[in-house]
Amino acid sequence: MATRVFVLVATKKGVFVLESDAARKDWRLGGPFCETWPIQHAIGDPKTGTIFAGGGSEWFGPAVWKSTDLGNNWTHSSAGLAYETGVAPIKTVWSLAMRDGALYAGVEPAGLFRSDDAGETFTHLDGLQRHPTRPEWNPGGAGLILHSLVIDKQDTQKIWIGISAAGVFHSADGGMTWEPRNRGTRADFMPDDQKYPEFGQCVHSVVKAEDSDRLYQQNHCGMYRSDDGGRTWDSIEAGLPSSFGFPAAVHPRDSDTLYLLPLNGDIKGRFMPDAKAAVWRTRDGGATWQAMRSGLPQESAYFAVLRQALATDTLDEAGVYFGTNSGSVYASRDEGETWIQIAQHLPMISSVETLVIEDDVMGSGT
Amino acid sequence: MTSHDGIVDVRLPSLLLRLFPDAEPRLQLQAGSVAEVVDALDARWPGMGDRIRDSSPAIRRHINVFVDGRRAKLDTRLAPGTDVYILTAISGG
Repeated sequence: MATRVFVLVATKKGVFVLESDAARKDWRLGGPFCETWPIQHAIGDPKTGTIFAGGGSEWFGPAVWKSTDLGNNWTHSSAGLAYETGVAPIKTVWSLAMRDGALYAGVEPAGLFRSDDAGETFTHLDGLQRHPTRPEWNPGGAGLILHSLVIDKQDTQKIWIGISAAGVFHSADGGMTWEPRNRGTRADFMPDDQKYPEFGQCVHSVVKAEDSDRLYQQNHCGMYRSDDGGRTWDSIEAGLPSSFGFPAAVHPRDSDTLYLLPLNGDIKGRFMPDAKAAVWRTRDGGATWQAMRSGLPQESAYFAVLRQALATDTLDEAGVYFGTNSGSVYASRDEGETWIQIAQHLPMISSVETLVIEDDVMGSGT
Repeated sequence: MTSHDGIVDVRLPSLLLRLFPDAEPRLQLQAGSVAEVVDALDARWPGMGDRIRDSSPAIRRHINVFVDGRRAKLDTRLAPGTDVYILTAISGG
């Protein structure tokens, strides 16, 4: 039985799929898929091998695409993926998550949908539309987007989301009701006496350790950790080259190990600091940080990595992957120690995710 | 749709046909308005309605529907024999 490793790359012009084996040394590129639609997020279900991709076309609106044969053939649906008449229509699907057979889709303008038939039809979980703070939510630079979507592994009723720029919200009832969870995170863009509001923070990404209540958050204004499911957040930005960045990725088995790609700041071009690429890693929950640079470009690296474009795989040693807004994909098969470029010249990369399956899940060959 | 509605001649854009491989580029439908054309297309190829019309409801911003040579809206009425062109606008980057 052979292990097959896939890196799912969502771009402004379709989905690309990179494939390797457990060695993760040689990679093959497939795509573009999804009729070159702008795709924000592509994920894989390791139980079935199904790939889902969420995005939206300027012509045809939002949809979730699906491939049950690792990218060879795709279908699309937006059945039920709509707000009620009179409400601003959904522009695009921004985030996907799968847990226990249910597929969740976060959209712009911010809202959450659930599919219980593998992406064929969707039901609106409308608690976010009814939240009393909603009229005061302001969109971030990319719109009022629900970009981060975390479903608890043990209790799928527990959901955390990140909305730019409304902040982090938590539901304990599967998305029917929500509470803001932003205590301790700064809003530097607010007046001096309002820098720690209940909501309205510019969260860039939220990720969760699989087997604990540990959350991490890269914010426009700082890097944070929470050990109580987001009720309180503590700054862990000391030691980083910048408090500004977009993505974060937790190690698949060690909640103290986190990967980041800080940028040089929000008003300095949003490039790699000093134009030298580095993935920053902590092994102690953010107390200390190390720059991982081996194999990454150390001059003229004027790219950024967007909020969903950094991921780990589930192998031992864990692989780490990121895609740039200039169309390159870099991979590490040794937990970030060394890096190789596994794709280049792709369209602007929105997200990178991994899918690891054994041959018997899909049969052999693609 | 009423019993007075006539048959109209509908043409679909190639980009839309790529999303619905079984669809035909040109077909005749019974419809009294553009909205009824969209409904009829959706009935024949489920999901096609969402690609043409948003939840406002309105024709999507970068889709143009021309009726007898003029841009139409969902509530535009159609006389029997009308030519209905559904087109993708210049868009993208």
